Amino acid sequence: MEKLLELDNLHVSFQTYGGEVKAVRGVSLSLDKGESLAIVGESGSGKSVTSKAVMRLLPNRIGSIKEGAIRFHGKDLAKASEREMEKIRGAEISMIFQDPMTSLNPTMTIGKQIMEGLRKHQNMSKSEAKERSINLLKLVGIPNPELRVDEYPHQFSGGMRQRVVIAIALACNPKVLIADEPTTALDVTIQAQILDLMRDLQEKTGTAIILITHDLGVVANLAQRVAVMYGGKIVETGTVDEIFYKPKHPYTWGLLASMPKLNADTKELLAIPGTPPDLMNPPQGCPFAARCPYAMEVCIDHMPEASHVSSSHQAACWLLDERAPKVEPPEAAVVGGAR
Amino acid sequence: MLRYIIKRVSAMLLTLLIIATITFFLMKLLPGSPFNNQEKLSESQRYALNEKYGLNDPVPVQYINYLGKLAQGDLGYTFQFDGRTVNSLIANGMGPSATIGFEALLFGTLVGLVLGIAAALKHNTFIDYGAMVMAVFGIAIPSFVFAGLLQYYVGVKLGWLPVAFWNGPEYHIMPAFSLSVGVIATVARFMRTEMLEILGTDYILMARSKGISKQAVIIKHCVRNSMIPIVTILGPMAIGLITGSLVIENIFAIPGIGEQFVKSINLNDYPVIMGTTLFYSFLIILIILVVDILYGIIDPRIRVAGGKS
Repeated sequence: MEKLLELDNLHVSFQTYGGEVKAVRGVSLSLDKGESLAIVGESGSGKSVTSKAVMRLLPNRIGSIKEGAIRFHGKDLAKASEREMEKIRGAEISMIFQDPMTSLNPTMTIGKQIMEGLRKHQNMSKSEAKERSINLLKLVGIPNPELRVDEYPHQFSGGMRQRVVIAIALACNPKVLIADEPTTALDVTIQAQILDLMRDLQEKTGTAIILITHDLGVVANLAQRVAVMYGGKIVETGTVDEIFYKPKHPYTWGLLASMPKLNADTKELLAIPGTPPDLMNPPQGCPFAARCPYAMEVCIDHMPEASHVSSSHQAACWLLDERAPKVEPPEAAVVGGAR
Repeated sequence: MLRYIIKRVSAMLLTLLIIATITFFLMKLLPGSPFNNQEKLSESQRYALNEKYGLNDPVPVQYINYLGKLAQGDLGYTFQFDGRTVNSLIANGMGPSATIGFEALLFGTLVGLVLGIAAALKHNTFIDYGAMVMAVFGIAIPSFVFAGLLQYYVGVKLGWLPVAFWNGPEYHIMPAFSLSVGVIATVARFMRTEMLEILGTDYILMARSKGISKQAVIIKHCVRNSMIPIVTILGPMAIGLITGSLVIENIFAIPGIGEQFVKSINLNDYPVIMGTTLFYSFLIILIILVVDILYGIIDPRIRVAGGKS
């Protein structure tokens, strides 16, 4: 089956005063129609950069795609012109940002902000676009949409604003929705509502979702497949069940272990010691080697190839090599045990 | 909104009363009197003149009389010319003063906006650095220095423009330009900073992710929002222009209010000092009020807050 979106060996770099920061170093990913894929990793792992690269919204003159392809409908977005990208953004691929407090223009009514994309991509008249905006607001669960369409962002609460942002993103029925930490800035009860809404809308519209998050709770809620990123590379991919119940990469173990659990005996939160690698001088071998409790000599100098655990599950770790010693995941990382 | 405006206007009247009081008593502290430098006058003539203008009354009585007339909008008679009212002096001077002030503000704001936007869009390039170096000079060097330089080089050496006086459009160029230099510099700097900040916000990225072209995003989302602080500084800048015009009008011998004001202080012409001071204060307070109302129109967040109060 043809993939909807395929990243092939994507490299993204930032030119800074200190030198070149290699934020994404060879990411390959694919997304099917209507699927939801989560990209998980800590800050600086390159997950947001990957998504901005897909939208070709990397900061001008600083960030650039160095290598690799982004295939969408048979077209390589990495080489598309700005004009072609303008036709794709919003209409085919759209995006939700982390902080709804800052992602809406404070001096424009939300109706106008929704209508902008509609007018551009679907050549709607003003009244048609307004009507569609009201319907969209209704769809994302905003009460009195006829009145609220003419209000300004500051008249909405955080959760309501994120609903508006989702309405903007879905306005032109895009095939892919990239949600960059859509719930991070919201409080917990609102988070659940927004996740429910997104799942609901996905069922209704069939939009594929790329969910970028560091919150494994959000992943379990929404995603079908997970890619774990670290140091600009994907270290493990698999279905949600595979990542949660049969994780193979020590970094994934670390992530799972650092998730707070209600029924845990200790009050202490587990953290992964150390800091992510310096991407100005990225390590030659496995990026996680410096923090990995199971690191071997080979890890320092050689990047492991992705090994297939099953047809849907891959991990890039030397522990999966047949010559490596057998290592069991630590107790804290076993999700099944914690249930 | 109406209640807000009424509240602001009454505060404005109170401010004017306080300014009138302070100026009146400060002026009385000035050494000398209007007629003591005219040697030819005899003692009795001087007494008669003082009597005519009410200057022999005790100061509190003069104060009450002045306020009484002021309430009717009458600023009294000037001592310099027989029978001319301060109102007519101000009315005559207003034309040239308002013209230069307006020209300087308009030209300065437009050029400043263009420079600021260009600097922000070409951030960290030659254009950016060039615009900012110019802005620093514009802020650091007072307008009268430019006025003098222009008079010497453009007026005298090159002879392209008239050095002084007020006889037609070509007489506006040098004074208006000298006044606008500070405005250009201030507006350019504010606009650049604000544009850079807004270009980095999520809502610009969001607008771009809708597929809106970069130019449209810059015009519809960025420039408009960047202009909010410009509107706020327009007030203080207009005030700066008013005070700046005091000097510029004198340098270019323009028959404006500023020139009258400076002359009246030298001559102890009490009614003109009072009249021009009050007129300037009135203008400044009015500008602040207009800016506050304008601000509410541009920025909906303020509008709502104002409407509820």
